[in-house]
Amino acid sequence: MTAAIASTLDCRGLLCPLPIIRLSKVVKTVDVGAVIEMLATDPGSVPDMEAFEKQTGHKILERSETKGTFRFLVQRTK
Amino acid sequence: MASEGRKRLALVASKGTLDQAYPPLIMASTAGAMGWEAGIFFTFYGLNILHRERLRHLQVSPIGNPAMPPPLHALPMVKVPNLLGTLPGMTAMATTMMKGWMSKAKMPSVEEMLQMCIEADVRLFACATTMGVMGIRQEELIPQAQCAGATTFLDYAAGADVSLFV
Repeated sequence: MTAAIASTLDCRGLLCPLPIIRLSKVVKTVDVGAVIEMLATDPGSVPDMEAFEKQTGHKILERSETKGTFRFLVQRTK
Repeated sequence: MASEGRKRLALVASKGTLDQAYPPLIMASTAGAMGWEAGIFFTFYGLNILHRERLRHLQVSPIGNPAMPPPLHALPMVKVPNLLGTLPGMTAMATTMMKGWMSKAKMPSVEEMLQMCIEADVRLFACATTMGVMGIRQEELIPQAQCAGATTFLDYAAGADVSLFV
């Protein structure tokens, strides 16, 4: 599934809590249903993104890893 | 319960060292990012985190902290005797060292973390008893600090889903 990406958030090199805080800000700037591409290198962001999905309800459509960079596609659901 | 069915985090921040200032601020700002309500009760030395001046001069001491300084990756066997921490200037050195790690890791300063909490509408309770004991006036604290006693905080924490003491 390839969704149109409304916004890309580069959190490479950043540690907790910055990726989630920046993501939460970007989520508020896009329309409901829009997809945000989020890039991170902190391994903690993998479980953190799952927890973010669980706590906020915004959906992780895709997740992948390439050479230490984690990529998530997050859809704003509400 | 918190309003609108939102989850609520209630924290006690009781320590005023540079390293110990981060955990409550990280937890509360993250809670805010997830749409939770969050409140921190700053008590005893933790109140320094809300103090306009002291906030900018939080330090970390190597004395009595066997984890500091951490071993060098290149020379893991070399241990700095903890006693050296008593030498003049060692606290300043340890503080500079820690600020260096933080900045290298692109971590925000304590002031920036506090600002992130403020932007996330985290409630900042300033312990009234600490203010009385240490002679700290309201105007010495950042404007967002709300002077409150244990009763106020417990009333807030009674509706919390997560409560932690730092």
